Amino acid sequence: MVQKLETFHETPSQTAGPYVHIGCTPNFIGVEGIYSADLGAADPFPDAGDTITLVGRVIDGTGTPLRDCMVEFWQADGGGRYRPGQGFARRPADAETGEWRLVTVKPGRVPFSDKVMQAPHIAVWIAARGINLGLHTRIYFEDEDNDGDPLLGRIELRHRVPTLVARRDGGVYRHDIVLKGEGETVFLDI
Amino acid sequence: MGSLYQRDFGQHPLPYSPGYKTTVARSPSLPLLSMPSTITEETGPVFGHEMLADLDNDLTCNFTGRPAIGERIIVHGRVTDQERRPQRGVLIEVWQANAGGRYRHRKDGYLAPLDPDFGGCGRCITDDEGRYEFHTIKPGAYPWPNGTNDWRPAHIHFSIFGTGFGQRLITQMYFEGDPLIPRCPIIATIPDPKVAERLVAPLDMAMAMPMDSLAYRFDIVLRGRRQTTFENRMEGL
Repeated sequence: MVQKLETFHETPSQTAGPYVHIGCTPNFIGVEGIYSADLGAADPFPDAGDTITLVGRVIDGTGTPLRDCMVEFWQADGGGRYRPGQGFARRPADAETGEWRLVTVKPGRVPFSDKVMQAPHIAVWIAARGINLGLHTRIYFEDEDNDGDPLLGRIELRHRVPTLVARRDGGVYRHDIVLKGEGETVFLDI
Repeated sequence: MGSLYQRDFGQHPLPYSPGYKTTVARSPSLPLLSMPSTITEETGPVFGHEMLADLDNDLTCNFTGRPAIGERIIVHGRVTDQERRPQRGVLIEVWQANAGGRYRHRKDGYLAPLDPDFGGCGRCITDDEGRYEFHTIKPGAYPWPNGTNDWRPAHIHFSIFGTGFGQRLITQMYFEGDPLIPRCPIIATIPDPKVAERLVAPLDMAMAMPMDSLAYRFDIVLRGRRQTTFENRMEGL
């Protein structure tokens, strides 16, 4: 006989459903007057001067953009520091086009271990109807040196690495997240 | 700020669950990339009480100030991690249908009427022991276009932030004794009924307020953190 491990199980996840906006972005759907502003609606670093713009969509296995998803972002500041009151944003997909847009700073490098620094990245979490457990992924940048990033280095199928890298398209970075099928984005168990 | 325990996917629904039709096109077909957590997942946004208004956790009257129609209930519980450490100061957001099963959302066309005095959202921040409390109306069941005659059990959606972005969780709370629970394709995305049972809140008469509100208790467990060593350094170095 042995002692029992006194660890508990995580609460099971469930889908956010089609009405996630009521709880998370009520003003966005016209449920006004309860919260003065939607959580995460502001830019992650509102006082930053040097900003970038990221535009993207979440696309399902039939090639259709999700128009009811919610995407959350968490990132370090330009100097590579996570700051408690800043760095978070939440965007509902546009109800017509499915597009989301984020104006933020390009994050600095943050440490992985003593010897290794991670390439600049933004953590992304996706919740929607039909997604039973929120999906973690990351956005890297094509104009940064991504060699040696410990997470990208773990991707065995190297042709999948670009699914985590935003492309420069004129003045913006463009990044579509594909849930399933051709060009499927790498999702993380992290 | 230790690294996060690896997630046990046996405690979660399967992403591809054809009984819940929308999952078919929205579930990744390739395996997730497994990786120890990094500072990115171990840190997360912090929300302060200054963001909350007085009635944010009282859905019975936070929409118009007048009381909503329905069964008045208190929903409360504790948020801990897998080591039963209280998750202090973490934000919980809830949303739900009204007493008739109707959501205040332009995409909900169910014929049950809106309640002019019920919005359907609330939020609060856990106290030093990880406790939270909402006052609300028990939501009604409602039909949804999945199978021809599928009905959701009464439920409240919960969105929980831990102290690290890797702990982020959205789930649903159900009510003890609801006969729709074993018939629900969304609950059935969790293969083990014993696991799904942890989403069913028991009636809690000890917390009910006489002549005012019944109560249900719903405790939430987030991913734990290692605490003895940090990465490849001894703690404190």
